[in-house]
Amino acid sequence: MKTEYKIIVDLIEEKTRVLDVGCDDGTLMESLKKNKNVDARGIEISKDKVQTCVSKGLTVIEGNAELDLKQFPNDSFDYVVLGQTLQAFINPEIVIKELLRVGKKAIITIPNFGHWKVRLNLLIKGTMPITESLPNDWYNTPNIHMCTIKDFVKFSKILNFKIFKSLALTNKNISNINNFNLFYKNLFAELGIFLIEK
Amino acid sequence: MNIKENIKTLVIKKPLKLDCGKTINNFPLAYETYGSLNKNKDNAILVFHALTGDQFVTGINPVTKKDGWWSYAVGPNKSIDTNKYFVICANVIGGCMGSFGPSHKNPDTNKIYGTDFPVITINDMVNAQVNLLDHFEIKKLFSVVGGSMGGMQVLQFISNYPDKASTVVPIACTSSHSAQNIAFNELGRQAIASDHNWSDGKYLSNNTLPDKGLSVARMAAHITYLSKKGLQEKFGRKLQERDALKFGFDADFQIESYLRYQGSVFVDRFDANSYLYITRAMDYFDLVKQFDGNLSNAFKKTKAKFFVISFTSDWLYPTQENKDIVIALNAIGADVGFVEIKSDKGHDSFLLDVPDFLKTLKNFLDKSYIKR
Repeated sequence: MKTEYKIIVDLIEEKTRVLDVGCDDGTLMESLKKNKNVDARGIEISKDKVQTCVSKGLTVIEGNAELDLKQFPNDSFDYVVLGQTLQAFINPEIVIKELLRVGKKAIITIPNFGHWKVRLNLLIKGTMPITESLPNDWYNTPNIHMCTIKDFVKFSKILNFKIFKSLALTNKNISNINNFNLFYKNLFAELGIFLIEK
Repeated sequence: MNIKENIKTLVIKKPLKLDCGKTINNFPLAYETYGSLNKNKDNAILVFHALTGDQFVTGINPVTKKDGWWSYAVGPNKSIDTNKYFVICANVIGGCMGSFGPSHKNPDTNKIYGTDFPVITINDMVNAQVNLLDHFEIKKLFSVVGGSMGGMQVLQFISNYPDKASTVVPIACTSSHSAQNIAFNELGRQAIASDHNWSDGKYLSNNTLPDKGLSVARMAAHITYLSKKGLQEKFGRKLQERDALKFGFDADFQIESYLRYQGSVFVDRFDANSYLYITRAMDYFDLVKQFDGNLSNAFKKTKAKFFVISFTSDWLYPTQENKDIVIALNAIGADVGFVEIKSDKGHDSFLLDVPDFLKTLKNFLDKSYIKR
C-alpha cells in the first residue's frame, strides 16, 4: 500500500465514521476497515471505480465532491479524507469548507508544487513542469489549482481553519512540518498531509 | 382470462385494509419461488415485479411459454443466484396472473369485478405480499429487490416494515410519480377506455376484449422504456420488408411494425382492467407526501443497507430521481451505495443483458450476504 495511505490510516482513530472523497478503487477504505474498524463510506466520480468498490463490498456512491457533499448533514463523519484531488476542483475554497462542515476533522493531501524538481523544471526548461507525480501537460492536466505546502499553510489562515497536524512525505520518509522547517519541507517534500479542523 | 394451471396461490385470510378505505379478506395472492430456503431462513429475497411483470421471474413462464421477465438477472449463478438465495415473487394485487384482481368474480354478486374492483395502491400491494413472510416463516428477508414499479414497492416495503429486510435494492425507480409519468399512464388508460370493446370495464361479461386499446397503450408505454439513441440505432428509418415508401398507412417503417408487434403480443398475456388499476397505483405513489414532504422520514426506522441503481439513458425514471432517494438516505446517515450504469437501452436496461448492471447487482448482494 502507498505510504500516503499508511499515514492516513495512522491518523484516524478506531471505530470512527469516515468519508473518503474520491475513494478511487477503495484501497484506503479497505485498509481503514481492516486496521481501524471504521464505518467507511466513499464518493467516487468514475463508474468503473464505483463498481470495483462494490465488488469489494464497500459502500460507495457515484458522485462529484463539488456537487454531492451538500447532501450530508453537518458533522455526519468524524473524518473526511481528500487524497490528492484538492487541486483538481474548480473551487477548492468551497470544497474545504464543505469537508469541514460534513466532517468534524478533515485529512487533505496535496502534491507539493514547491518541490525543487518542479521549480527547477520550470526554471531551466521554461515550460510547465512534468514530473512523476504530475505527469500531464498543461493542456490536459486535471490539476487546475496546484499549490505548494506553503500555499496551503497560508490558505489555512485565510480560511481560518486549524491545522492539527502537518506531515511531509519525502522519499517514503515521513516528517513533521513546523514554522521553522517550512521553507525546507516546501522545497523537499513530494506530498503534504494535513489533518485540519474548523 | 382463464384460470391457469401451475399457479401457486396463497389465500390471505387476514383482512387487509386498503388505502381507498375498503377492506378485503380471503383473497388469493399468486406467487412463485426459486431456489431453496436455508435452515436459518435468512437467505430469502423478495423480488417485486414491474407494471406488466408477474411472479414468473425466471425460467420458462408456464403461462406465456416465454422466458421469465428477469431471466438475465435471476437464476443459478446469476446476479440473484438461486443456488444461494431463495427467491420469492408474487403477482401484485390488481394484477392478472392469479392474484386478486379486476378479472376475478365478486363473491357477493357472482359477477366479474371489472371497474368495481377497489382502487389499489403500491402500499396495498406491499401489505398483501408481506403475508408471504409469515407463510414461509421468514422473520427477516436477506433482501428486497425490484426495478421500476418493483423499485417503488421496495421503497414502500422497507418504510412499512423497517426490520424485515437486511438489504434494499431499488432499481430505476422514483419515490414519487412525476407529472410526465402520470401523463404517459393516462395516455394508456384513455387508449383502453376509448376502445368500444372495453364497455366501461365489463368486457369479460360481454365476451369482448379491448385488444386495440390495450395494444395502443402498450405501444405508447413501450416507447418510454427505450432511449432515442437505442431506437435510432436499432431501427433508424429502416423500411419494413419493402424497398420504398408505399404512400399509405401500413407499417412502412420497421419501428412501426415493431411497436405493432409489441402491442399485439401484449394483449395475449395482459388484462386491460389490470392495466388501468396498476398504472393508477403507480400514479398514486408518492412516498414523499406519505412522510409529510420529507423522504428521509420514510427510512428513519430501518438499519438496512441500501443500494440504488439507475441508468444513464433512462428518461422515464431518470438518474436524478433515483439520486433523490440516495440524498434522503445520506441526510439521515443511512448505509447507502449508489451507481449509475452506462447503457443506451433506456428504462428497460434493468431487464436486459447489461453486463455492468448484472455484475454490480451480483457483487452487492453476494458481498452483503457474506457480511450479514
